[in-house]
Amino acid sequence: MFEILKKKKIVEKEYDMWIKAPRVASHAKPGQFVVVRTSDKGERIPLTIADYDRENGNIRLIFQTVGKTTYEMAKLEVGDKLADVVGPLGTPSEVKKHGTVLMIGGGVGIAALFPIIRELKNLGNKVITILGGRTSELVIMKDECAKYSDELIITTDDGSEGIKGVVTDAMKMLNERGEKIDYAWAIGPTIMMKFAALTAKDLGIPIWVSLNPIMVDGTGMCGACRVTVNGNIRFACVDGPEFDGHGVAWDELMTRLKQYKDQEKISLEKYLNEVGEM
Amino acid sequence: MALNIPKNKTPIAEQKPEERSHNFKEVVLGYTLEEAITEANRCLQCPTHPCVSGCPVNIDIPGFILALRNNDLSESIKILKSYNNLPAVCGRVCPQESQCEGKCTVGLMKEHEPVAIGKLERFVADWAASHEGVEEPPKKVEVNKGKVAVIGAGPSGLTVAADLAKKGYKVTIFEALHAPGGVLMYGIPEFRLPKTIVEREVKAIEELGVDVETDVVVGKTITIEEIREEYDAIYIGTGAGTPRFMNIPGTNLNGVYSASEFLTRINLMHAYEFPKYDTPIRIGKRVVVVGAGNVAMDASRSALRLGAEKSMIVYRRSEKEMPARIEEYHHALEEGIEFHWLTNPVEYIGDENGNVKAVKCIKMQLGEPDASGRRRPVPIEGSEFVIEADMVIEAIGQTANKVLLSTFPELKLNKRGYIEADPETGATSVEGVYAGGDIVTGAATVILAMGAGKKSAKAIDEYITSKKKA
Ligand code: FES
Repeated sequence: MFEILKKKKIVEKEYDMWIKAPRVASHAKPGQFVVVRTSDKGERIPLTIADYDRENGNIRLIFQTVGKTTYEMAKLEVGDKLADVVGPLGTPSEVKKHGTVLMIGGGVGIAALFPIIRELKNLGNKVITILGGRTSELVIMKDECAKYSDELIITTDDGSEGIKGVVTDAMKMLNERGEKIDYAWAIGPTIMMKFAALTAKDLGIPIWVSLNPIMVDGTGMCGACRVTVNGNIRFACVDGPEFDGHGVAWDELMTRLKQYKDQEKISLEKYLNEVGEM
Repeated sequence: MALNIPKNKTPIAEQKPEERSHNFKEVVLGYTLEEAITEANRCLQCPTHPCVSGCPVNIDIPGFILALRNNDLSESIKILKSYNNLPAVCGRVCPQESQCEGKCTVGLMKEHEPVAIGKLERFVADWAASHEGVEEPPKKVEVNKGKVAVIGAGPSGLTVAADLAKKGYKVTIFEALHAPGGVLMYGIPEFRLPKTIVEREVKAIEELGVDVETDVVVGKTITIEEIREEYDAIYIGTGAGTPRFMNIPGTNLNGVYSASEFLTRINLMHAYEFPKYDTPIRIGKRVVVVGAGNVAMDASRSALRLGAEKSMIVYRRSEKEMPARIEEYHHALEEGIEFHWLTNPVEYIGDENGNVKAVKCIKMQLGEPDASGRRRPVPIEGSEFVIEADMVIEAIGQTANKVLLSTFPELKLNKRGYIEADPETGATSVEGVYAGGDIVTGAATVILAMGAGKKSAKAIDEYITSKKKA
């Protein structure tokens, strides 16, 4: 069992938790994820590791409530336990000295991006970070990202902070400015990653994206997580989750993410009925 | 020899096909004590007992049957357990027709069926588990011979662990999933092997002093180096591990599953009890399963139980080459599974929402024998046709899972990517590291994996003992 040590609601529907998981913490690297199960009857869902504290044996998960499992997690308090936390899973990010790196994050994807930003900065890269969201308060972890970025650009749909627009607008702005980018990462909602990857392609920038398909085991056993990249079937849980953004079959991924839409709705409604409004 | 024994096996109670095809409860209900003794009396106790040599772990079959016949269930279970740590499982899932029962002297007599050895094994194991005092509690042994790590809590890992614990080793099993049992938990369906039975047999092994640590993916959660530092020997029994796909157009359409995913959702995650359990599964109306092994039978019969109107199997060879256990095939036929022999899918066709709606197949014919000795199926040009289906499950086998192997480069692999291990001992290219089961042989049977575990337990004991002497 994996105890919750700290819990904070960051914004509406987004939570920040530290969890006791010493073995995961001692082996976690940027870009990896865990599979979580809340209870004996629970589903196994993947969540990216936002941070880790090797010394104390803790990992940090930042998640958005989207379905039954994440709502249930949000309901847990400090001292409560998760039934299972398995990891760190997946292939770590290819962090090395690239030169100038462009880090693009949105939603809770910013949490997954953060340890990669920190590592790239520590390795001596020039780090330019673009964080985007609908409105200012939904752009999370600004200070933490700023600390390890040479430049931090915020974009908001409503213009409440930074550039009024989306992350691709900021990408184009950097290009116009003549910024030479050696490598980019984009982590966030699938649709954001898709357009960031398309823009990166136009601008001739290689880009990593972190895919979030539906998973079961998370260890290469079932193929639920398969995605098509550069025409080949790959298992996101072991071959990824990071892939060459230029080669991802985005529409297929988005269709596959909707595979259990109806059941997910039933499950969530049943749960919300049982516990009352959140 | 004029023998006065019934020609046929003593009939066993089963759920009726019409009834059972709508539930996940066990199909075969088992013998009563009387029936079991009647069946035990069909055994000739022949001096040659060829059945024993047909058993991968060489159980003293006449011995346990004789004890049963004498109504000495304590002795019977004792004999069984001294060879096999999971008798209730093996009695249910072994391919007896090609093992013990295939060699049974009675079965070789004209018009006679062999003794129902599997059903008797299962009976004795179930009886002992449900009648307190029948089985002696495990002998307390001093735990002082060394520490062994077992990777994977499937049939072979559990066997190694149990055997070594009985010899006085401290054994820890690392299991990647949240529950021990391996394929017994995630692969074989409830209606063939109830999960309470797996849990019961695992518990018995834990009572021998074996520690099972779940949620540990070796190579990720802990490294192989860390284990090597702490333990005297390692046994790798991680299973075959990664599903193969046909890789034809449409493989990633919604509604196309690997059998591994489909069965894991149902068995390990209880998706058939959704929404009581959180994990969902799609309900196919017309389901096509590709392949004709036990896994394909399990998948097609599970689809039926979930509510399919029609559950079909397509297989590129003919009925004769079908690898499934004969009992599963019969059960599948009784339940109305439709078989399309000499048929192979070439494309999955999707609708505008990305859901599979049909399978384009091609007719096959059998040509010259291939490496497996079976005649190679070849497509008949121009014979394509379409089967309407809203779900496809591919059950065409597996390849080696790389998660652990990629972190252990010193370990020698064979051409097919599985671990190279001595068939007699399980010893690998790395000293103190043993391996067995599907990760060595590729997908095989529960009992073969257990047999490998038995041999390795012996070899590990010898290895550690001689090393400690030195
Ligand atoms: S989640 Fe099962 S193989 Fe990736």
